[in-house]
Amino acid sequence: MNTSELLVEKEEGLGLHPKRLVLILLIFSIIMMFAAFTSGYIVRRDEGNWREFDLPLSLLFNTIAIALSSAAMQWAYYSAKHNEVKRTQLGLLLTLGLGIVFLFGQVHSWSDLVAGRTFFGGADANPSGSFVYVLMGVHAFHLITGLIFVAVVLKRSLNYQVHSRAMLSIGNASIYWHFLGGLWLYLYLFLLLNH
Amino acid sequence: MATNLPASANAQGGIGTAPVPHTEHDEHLHEHDEHHDQHWMWKYVFSQDHKMIARQFLITGMFWAIVGGTLSSLFRLQLGWPEATLDWLQPLLGKWIDGGKLSKEFYLALVTMHGTIMVFFVLTAGLSGTFSNFLIPLQVGARDMASGFMNMLSYWFFFLSSIIMFVSLFLETGPAAAGWTIYPPLSALPQAIPGSGMGMTLWLVSMVFFIVSQLLGGVNYVTTVINLRTRGLSMSKLPLTIWAFFLTAILGILSFPVLLSAALLLVFDRSFGTSFFLSDIYIAGQALHNQGGSPVLFQHLFWFLGHPEVYIVIMPAMGMVSEILATNARKPIFGYRAMIGSLIGISLLSFVVWAHHMFVTGMNPFLGSVFMFLTLIIAVPSGVKVFNWLATLWRGNIRFTAAMLFAIGFVSLFISGGLTGIILGNATLDIQMHNTYFVVAHFHLVMGSSAFFGLFAGVYHWFPKMFGRMMDEKLGYIHFWLTFIGVYLVFMPMHYVGIAGFPRRYYSWTGFDAFSQFADLNKFISAAAILAFFAQFIFIFNFFYSIFRGRRATQNPWNSTTLEWTTPIVPGHGNWPGEIPAVYRWPYDYSKPGSETDFIPQNVPYSQTASSNLPYEREIED
Repeated sequence: MNTSELLVEKEEGLGLHPKRLVLILLIFSIIMMFAAFTSGYIVRRDEGNWREFDLPLSLLFNTIAIALSSAAMQWAYYSAKHNEVKRTQLGLLLTLGLGIVFLFGQVHSWSDLVAGRTFFGGADANPSGSFVYVLMGVHAFHLITGLIFVAVVLKRSLNYQVHSRAMLSIGNASIYWHFLGGLWLYLYLFLLLNH
Repeated sequence: MATNLPASANAQGGIGTAPVPHTEHDEHLHEHDEHHDQHWMWKYVFSQDHKMIARQFLITGMFWAIVGGTLSSLFRLQLGWPEATLDWLQPLLGKWIDGGKLSKEFYLALVTMHGTIMVFFVLTAGLSGTFSNFLIPLQVGARDMASGFMNMLSYWFFFLSSIIMFVSLFLETGPAAAGWTIYPPLSALPQAIPGSGMGMTLWLVSMVFFIVSQLLGGVNYVTTVINLRTRGLSMSKLPLTIWAFFLTAILGILSFPVLLSAALLLVFDRSFGTSFFLSDIYIAGQALHNQGGSPVLFQHLFWFLGHPEVYIVIMPAMGMVSEILATNARKPIFGYRAMIGSLIGISLLSFVVWAHHMFVTGMNPFLGSVFMFLTLIIAVPSGVKVFNWLATLWRGNIRFTAAMLFAIGFVSLFISGGLTGIILGNATLDIQMHNTYFVVAHFHLVMGSSAFFGLFAGVYHWFPKMFGRMMDEKLGYIHFWLTFIGVYLVFMPMHYVGIAGFPRRYYSWTGFDAFSQFADLNKFISAAAILAFFAQFIFIFNFFYSIFRGRRATQNPWNSTTLEWTTPIVPGHGNWPGEIPAVYRWPYDYSKPGSETDFIPQNVPYSQTASSNLPYEREIED
């Protein structure tokens, strides 16, 4: 936003800060992308020639890791609201750590998938298995952008720029992070129900 | 310097910014400005000023339009004169002239790149990129976009995507050649045609950057319209241009990610051995390993973007045409709320009609009839719009400016092309017409030429605000009549060719006796197309000549009501040197009974127009 522009002089919008609205719109575009993948998955499955596969158990542990990271994010958010700087930083650090654990966990699950003879490409692959890799991979890509976002907020917090009167960045980061966690939960349940 | 700049300095294009109430902001501004003063690089190249970015989009779009038009002239030469030798094109095309003939592979590449360039690079980026950027902040009363930085990135991602697509034209194996819809398996297998090799790879990479550019731009447009409207400018007082840009941006945000999904899966099929779209293929004496893929799935994903995309192309033109018609007919737009409602209706319907592109894929006839029904409903909001445009012209005090001619031309082309849409929307008729020149004629009229006419109308109308000078009206008239007649001479006969069964994307029809009867007509179409293309150079000349030598513009040359005409003749970064005007009324107070002038700008309060106020307006005089 132009620095000379003050929101109080503007016609009331939706009551959202422009940066938050930008984030929400981007989230909608990510939702559309995964809606395309998962509806493509269902359309494709219903046409037949579809190989069943087993989901590795490790995905459950990854899911727990990302759920915990969401909890840590929420804790950081509440701490920031109450001006508890150290706890905010710890919460953000935990979020980052658990997010990275999730990422490595996903990579590990890929090797479990390969061990279970579910391949991404090649002569032995079927679109069913390829879809699992694509869903996990594209989600992981977005999770990396989320990690960068959380790291930026952590840096701001270390500079004492995140507190009860400056909640925009940590608020946005937590919305994005919860969205990514929720997205994974959706994908996990989707795959559990439709493999 | 930030606060005390006199207005005249702004009018000269100086970097003016508004007085701001808080000193802390003031300091920020000061730094910001110094930055701009010192480096021309930040002012003209990596500019974050929406007006400069709009001009960058416009000029890049014009470059692409020339490329796209040249490609179509080349394949029209082949279609009109299939027996002619084209050796004289050797210096331009090199090895693509094979034995005095256009190479067949290159013909397919030409039609593919013509479609890709025109749909995405000219009519999406060049049209809505230019005018959304230029008009949204000016007409809603904002100093700039919500995020100038993202806006700059949006242009440079488009630029990067342009470079990659342009480079692909010069590849050894040629650019992508599977049609602009890049249906697999043709596009997925490099051994199928030369164009599915490196050319297709670059096409996909370029489109990924293009989609990123569209998303960055789109979220910015929506955020600006929602958050940065000036005091008093409620959504029900917005000019129709802004409504159109706003809904276009929403369509882009929701549909381009789906194309990204499709492109990603295609990349995996091409390069990583997956089989999303491939199954049971035997090519060049070899059976491929791919099993279980479905090419129809790609069509579903593609057209889920593809159909909203045609509205992304046409809606900005609709918005600008509404604005230009009202201004130059000196009448309020007829049915303002119906215009907004029909835009919303078209936007919603655009997401539920995609399978009408796929009636011949063997879909369940029941499903086909659902899509047919939904498709035909689009005729209702489109009919509302056409009726309202005509009713706006009815008994208006029409000023035939060049922009007005193009706006009227838009309405004419939209009607002519829209009528054949009703034919093609019917599954039974479409199965007969599918992939013939009838379809080509239909969409070139209704979205191709119409959107171009909207683009031209917009450029002629807002040129004074963009460059501070007027375009030459006489050259504008010549440009209009040559283009208008040319377009009809090209696409009207093409309907007959299509009804006769000529399939699109064929290199030549000389092998079929049945088609020889229309050889003359094809020659005629080609001649008209090439002439209409050359007429565009009148516009190009007029455009660049007027930037430097045009008549100087006044502040409000068209006596228009919207906010952009309250800025200085050449607005600086920040748009208004002083405070941003507040808005009191809707944007269409033209020829209001009792008023002293035939237009009342949006920023004039009702208290100053007692003679023309309506009873309910008297109550809110402020």
